[in-house]
Amino acid sequence: MAMDQVSTVHDDHAHDHKPGFFTRWFLSTNHKDIGTLYLVFAIIAGIVGYTLSGIIRLELAQPGIGPLTSLMEFFGYSGDQAIEHAKHFYNVVITYHGLIMIFFMVMPALIGGFGNWFVPLMIGAPDMAFPRMNNISFWLTVAAFIMACISMLIPGTGQFLGFGGGWVLYPPLSSATGHPGPSMDLLILSLHTAGIASILGAINFIVTILNMRAPGMTLHKMPLFAWSMLVTAVLLLLALPVLAGALTMLLTDRNFGSQFFDPSGGGDPIMFQHLFWFFGHPEVYIMILPAFGIISHIVSTFSNKPVFGYLGMAYAMVSIGAIGFIVWAHHMYTVGMPVDMKAYFVAATMVIAVPTGIKIFSWIATMWGGSIDFSVPMVWAIGFIFLFTVGGVTGVVLANAGIDHILHDTYYVVAHFHYVLSLGAVFGLFAGWYYWFEKMFGVKYNKGIGYAHFWTMFIGSNLLFFPQHFLGLNGMPRRYIDYADAFSTWHFWSSMGYAVTLVATLIFFVGVIEAAVRRRKGVSNPWGEGATTLEWTLPSPPPFHQFNELPEVKPQGHH
Amino acid sequence: MAHDEVKHDYHLVNPSPWPLLGSMAMVVLAVGAVTYMKGLFGIPEGSPWLMLIGLGFVGYVMFGWWREVIKESKAGDHTPVVSIGLKYGMVLFIASEIMFFVAWFWSFFEFAIFHGARVGETFDVANPLYAEALQAVGGQWPPAGVELFDPFHLPLMNTLVLLLSGTTVTAAHHALQHDNRKTAINMLAITVLLGIFFTGLQVLEYSHAGFSYDGTLYGSAFFMATGFHGAHVVIGTIFLAVCLIRLMTGGMSAKKHLGFEFAAWYWHFVDVVWLFLFAFVYVIPYLVLGH
Repeated sequence: MAMDQVSTVHDDHAHDHKPGFFTRWFLSTNHKDIGTLYLVFAIIAGIVGYTLSGIIRLELAQPGIGPLTSLMEFFGYSGDQAIEHAKHFYNVVITYHGLIMIFFMVMPALIGGFGNWFVPLMIGAPDMAFPRMNNISFWLTVAAFIMACISMLIPGTGQFLGFGGGWVLYPPLSSATGHPGPSMDLLILSLHTAGIASILGAINFIVTILNMRAPGMTLHKMPLFAWSMLVTAVLLLLALPVLAGALTMLLTDRNFGSQFFDPSGGGDPIMFQHLFWFFGHPEVYIMILPAFGIISHIVSTFSNKPVFGYLGMAYAMVSIGAIGFIVWAHHMYTVGMPVDMKAYFVAATMVIAVPTGIKIFSWIATMWGGSIDFSVPMVWAIGFIFLFTVGGVTGVVLANAGIDHILHDTYYVVAHFHYVLSLGAVFGLFAGWYYWFEKMFGVKYNKGIGYAHFWTMFIGSNLLFFPQHFLGLNGMPRRYIDYADAFSTWHFWSSMGYAVTLVATLIFFVGVIEAAVRRRKGVSNPWGEGATTLEWTLPSPPPFHQFNELPEVKPQGHH
Repeated sequence: MAHDEVKHDYHLVNPSPWPLLGSMAMVVLAVGAVTYMKGLFGIPEGSPWLMLIGLGFVGYVMFGWWREVIKESKAGDHTPVVSIGLKYGMVLFIASEIMFFVAWFWSFFEFAIFHGARVGETFDVANPLYAEALQAVGGQWPPAGVELFDPFHLPLMNTLVLLLSGTTVTAAHHALQHDNRKTAINMLAITVLLGIFFTGLQVLEYSHAGFSYDGTLYGSAFFMATGFHGAHVVIGTIFLAVCLIRLMTGGMSAKKHLGFEFAAWYWHFVDVVWLFLFAFVYVIPYLVLGH
């Protein structure tokens, strides 16, 4: 809908009373403040997760077990002891890198941060449906993160600290055989807590979207970001309880003598993999769908055109979400499943390329013939489309069970999911950051710094992950601390890529600090008439409670 | 907070300490549980006090939070549109609970149906894991040596108790809608008693089990599925009991009794889960084994 079709909102009341500092930030029931809290939390957790990936790339820059052995020698171990500790530490680092980036960086930022901020604004609602429950979603996420961090520092197995079995938590590595110490138990409870937080958040988003749209805004007129959050929330609601069940079985197997995943009692560790991936596959769509929503708005805004095929875009996300529930076993082709089952999962997985293709081509069609403004968010969005497509194409390769038998657990898989997540979801995240920065914080960022951030990040992350395709095709397995000399060239360049992204990340923070120091006053709509959603009708930053009088969307409004 | 000029019916909740306190309680509970299971930070294994403190803390937060919700409801914050939102929320919560039970049913069916296939004819004969697993269950499901419950004994009784409680809670709802509070209170009291009776029968049944929880796969799958159902019965009973207390102390009205409706929905959900448990965990394995 175009802005002129939306009745003007009287929200410029001067007495915009905000509560005091502690009440505002610790006891909040305000969707914008909670969104900001989520973004700050995601940045903090992101620094931790990103530091862990730095440790990985530092160790893998050269063959041999060098830097981590030195680290362990620094902590007072010597000889073989130092090497053994280095190996376990490496496993811990990759495990927590994955878990933290997924549960405490991407999800809080995209869903908690941008979702909280912009779903109510875009649908013309004064707040979320359950503002107080919104806050416990946030604080439980913090609680879960604290537990995960503690679990890194308490005994995992033998004398080694932390859980080092990979983010997928497969038994027997995660059962009492692999990691008998309290670390794994606390990690399980941490994920339970994060799961409760996400389920409550999902309920909140679904109810908000179904019950609080502005008068006249039918589902088929709702902005695509709200659509993406609706689908994401349904996936969270239905997938997370299954993970909770699997984690509970793991916990009782470890502590109370049940036998779910223990073959000596008749159980089956593969059962855990099924339950885990029934959650895990929807989870990857949970991470990418909000980015899809953000990209649609940015591409439309800066092409100065409505998004191409609005309904197709909305229902493409719905079908990606639905099909996402029936493809999970493509993560487990090598467990020894029958050929018929593989054939099914190959076919179902390939089907997802259809709605995903609809999205990619619709973005391109939106840009086609538009007067494109290559603003900072737009270059991030175009970067997203390009890089996500690379990751999507390698995904189709990996969907084939025959090829996957060779590539399973190699760096090809690592490259694939980092292209869709670190270069897909995270580029979407930064695109949203630069798109809504002025709206959220009321100040303008320095465009030059924004472009510099994009180009260093684009070059750095491609240098980081593209060579990993070659490593994987040549047989480099994932989760190994050491490798044959033959792999050293591309590992070296991959680590150099990390160094470039480090510069990019510093530029990001320079940009934030610069904007905070200079305080150039933002305007309500910096993007012109291409920006048609309701948040641009409000001042920047919006008042503490917006839409005290609900905006009305006129029936003839189109997208 | 500019409430004076609000021209919509949505509920803008005041800042609240409960979310922050609830999360703190969760950390205490989780760390306490790990301490109890493994021993941590110098506290010996098997020491439950930290966990119990956490549990009490969580309970306190729940009590305080929901008391505030009831106060807000009395203050008229639950306008028609907010009530619809609350109903959606409860339905979605029950949907997520159903998915939680999917995990338990899934593992039960996996072990029941594919115990042979996992070693036998179709795939992965060579996998020693499966050979070991099949040996452990004696090549059959339920595993050799497991003495099943006769489903047409206590379990059937329990089914009837739960189904009966489903009718009494509906009768209570009906009476409340017609402002017949006395009948509503009586019927709800019967429902709560039936819930307690079900739990009691389940404890009795567990004490006569011909298999144990630990050390046997069947015991694990059986006790976790029926045990989580039992836990939900207890939660549902408490939920209904709170509604009963509210009814007896003059709360709720013929037109507005969301808490009661939610308790009834939850109770029906627990009821339906039991029917699935009764059919697939009790009856079918028993009949298939040909007792």
